[in-house]
This record gives sequence, C-alpha cells and structure tokens, in this order.
Amino acid sequence: MAARVITVTSGKGGVGKTTTTANIGVALALNGKRVVCLDADIGLRNLDVVLGLENRIVYDVVDVIEGRAKLRQALIKDKRLPDLQLLPASQKRDKSAVKPENLVQLCEEIGIDHDFILIDSAAGIEEGFRTALAPSNEVIIVTNPEVSAVRDADRVIGLVEAAGKGPAKLIVNRLKPELVQRGDMLDTGDVLEILAIDLLGIVPEDESILVSTNRGLPAALDEKSRAGQSFRNIARRLLGEDVPFESFREASGLLQRLARLFSPNGRSA
Amino acid sequence: MNLLNRLLGSKPSSSRETAKQRLQFVLVHDRSDISPGLLETLKDEIINVISKYIEIDRGGVHVTFSQAERESRLVADIPLLNGRRRK
Repeated sequence: MAARVITVTSGKGGVGKTTTTANIGVALALNGKRVVCLDADIGLRNLDVVLGLENRIVYDVVDVIEGRAKLRQALIKDKRLPDLQLLPASQKRDKSAVKPENLVQLCEEIGIDHDFILIDSAAGIEEGFRTALAPSNEVIIVTNPEVSAVRDADRVIGLVEAAGKGPAKLIVNRLKPELVQRGDMLDTGDVLEILAIDLLGIVPEDESILVSTNRGLPAALDEKSRAGQSFRNIARRLLGEDVPFESFREASGLLQRLARLFSPNGRSA
Repeated sequence: MNLLNRLLGSKPSSSRETAKQRLQFVLVHDRSDISPGLLETLKDEIINVISKYIEIDRGGVHVTFSQAERESRLVADIPLLNGRRRK
C-alpha cells in the first residue's frame, strides 16, 4: 500500500516546521509506523540536527535524484527508533536542484515500503514550497498565535487549496497559556475562527524543545515534555484516534485559582 | 469577563482582541486582493452610478466585506433619500 505523504509547511519561517516534522515523525514511529522524514528545504538543511542524525549523513536527496546514490544508501536509520528514517536535504545546492516531479517520483519509490512520508517544506511560497507540496496527499500548516504567522498561514492555506491539495490541517505551535489567560495572546479558538480550517493539534511553548534540540533528542521521546506529549497526541490523531484537544488552562497562581473559582463558567477568562 | 477578574486588574481591551480584529481586517483584503484604497474608489464609483438614477444619502454609504468561513462578500449599504426616482 502506498504511504501517506504529508507536507509540513507554514509560509512564515521560524514557526517550528522542522521541530514539528521531526517530532511527529518520532511519535508515528513510536506507534510502530514506518516513517521517512524528508528534508525538502534544499540548501538550508536542518531536520538532521533536530533529529540528532547529522553525523551519519553520507548522501542526500539531491544525490538520489541525480543518480549518485541509491535511495536505500541515502536513507539514514534512527538507531533509537528502527522505524524512523531520514532523507536529508543537500546543504551545498539550492532549491532548483529538486523539481516537483523529482520529489513525486522519489515519494512513490519510498512509499512502496513505508507508511508515512513527512516532508519538511522550505519557508515561503515560492519554488521550494511548491516542490514540497507536489507529492503530498495531506498538508499540515504550522503557525504561531501571532499576527504575522497567522497572516502568512492564511496565504498558504489559500495556495494549498488552489493547488488542489486541501483541506489542510492546522497546528498551533508555541502557545503560551499564561499570555492567553492574561489577554495578550491569540487563543487557539481565535486562530481557528480567523483561518477557518480544521485543527490537528496545539503545542505549548516549552523549554524542553530547546533543550531537546540542543541534544538532538526530539521532545516526543521525552515522557515528561509537555510539547512532546502534544506531538504524541497529534500523531495519534493522524492515526485516526479521537484525542481531545489540550486546554492548558491549569491555574498557576493563587489569584488565577480564585478567579476560576468565582468565574461563572468555571474557568478564568 | 467577571467581576473578580476586573478587580484583579484585567484590562478592558486586551492586545489579544486587538490582534484578532487587525488580523480579520487585513485578511479580508489579502484574500480578496482588494486594498482599502481600491475599496474607497469602488465606493465612490458606486455612489456616482446609483446617484444617476436614485437620490441617495451619499454620506451614509458603506461598502464593506463580510466574511463567512473562507468566503468573502462585498456588501454595499446605500441609504435612499425618500426612495424617489430622479426625474
């Protein structure tokens, strides 16, 4: 059976596409799915370091496309998770080295003996984005609850739909529940109302992401990481499980707890 | 917002609400590819065309977008003066 090919994209850079791709890949592999994470951000390779596989790279995606390496020579197996593999981006070439049809063909080949292909797209809406979109049959849009990220996400949603790849699903990344409660950050509900697409997951801002990236151990492997838990929930939703969305509304201080007690709907505004 | 929250010092207009409103405004224009300037021009021309046939309250004309899901709609609210036809 052919693999599910999921492109992870965002429009705006720096919202957490690569972290999301790596962690969903890890979480799916933890569920026993055979996963390939494909770094399509040619020239700005990063998925390798986030996954902690950077010193095992011999060949990259451009080597496979140009025939210098066989696919199985270029795929890097994650020793912690035998079901997870990485196909790294080329660091020395640019976006023009990979055409949409190259990626379509490559994903067909990978799909023969894998369950999921997660494509980490380049930021922006140009060539790199269009190439990453070409082989996908599902699209995940990552955004932050912040005006410029949401605006760019809206643009990308429109482009995904125009390309016949919709409807995309949304991940709201780096949500700060304290700021939302204080009235200084868009809530997930606000973002969904504005963008009018389906939610796949909410990931809280979490220092463990920085620490795990420093170490090259994705947070989804860490039982105690809040963000890691959110990524594991996202993977379960992708597998068809009905996992409730996290609310992150636990009261942190005495005053908030009091406010919650007196609030008519049982939670602080 | 409940009384206790108010006493605890929550601001009446949060930056969250401002962000949401600004985004909704900017996205309406992004999606339709119509700038606020173009909308003004459009409004002036609509006023001129309709004024040829009907007396309208020029100052009371509102041309806006309404938004439902991912569909935008151009809405013109044009008050008539006595609903009279021009001679």
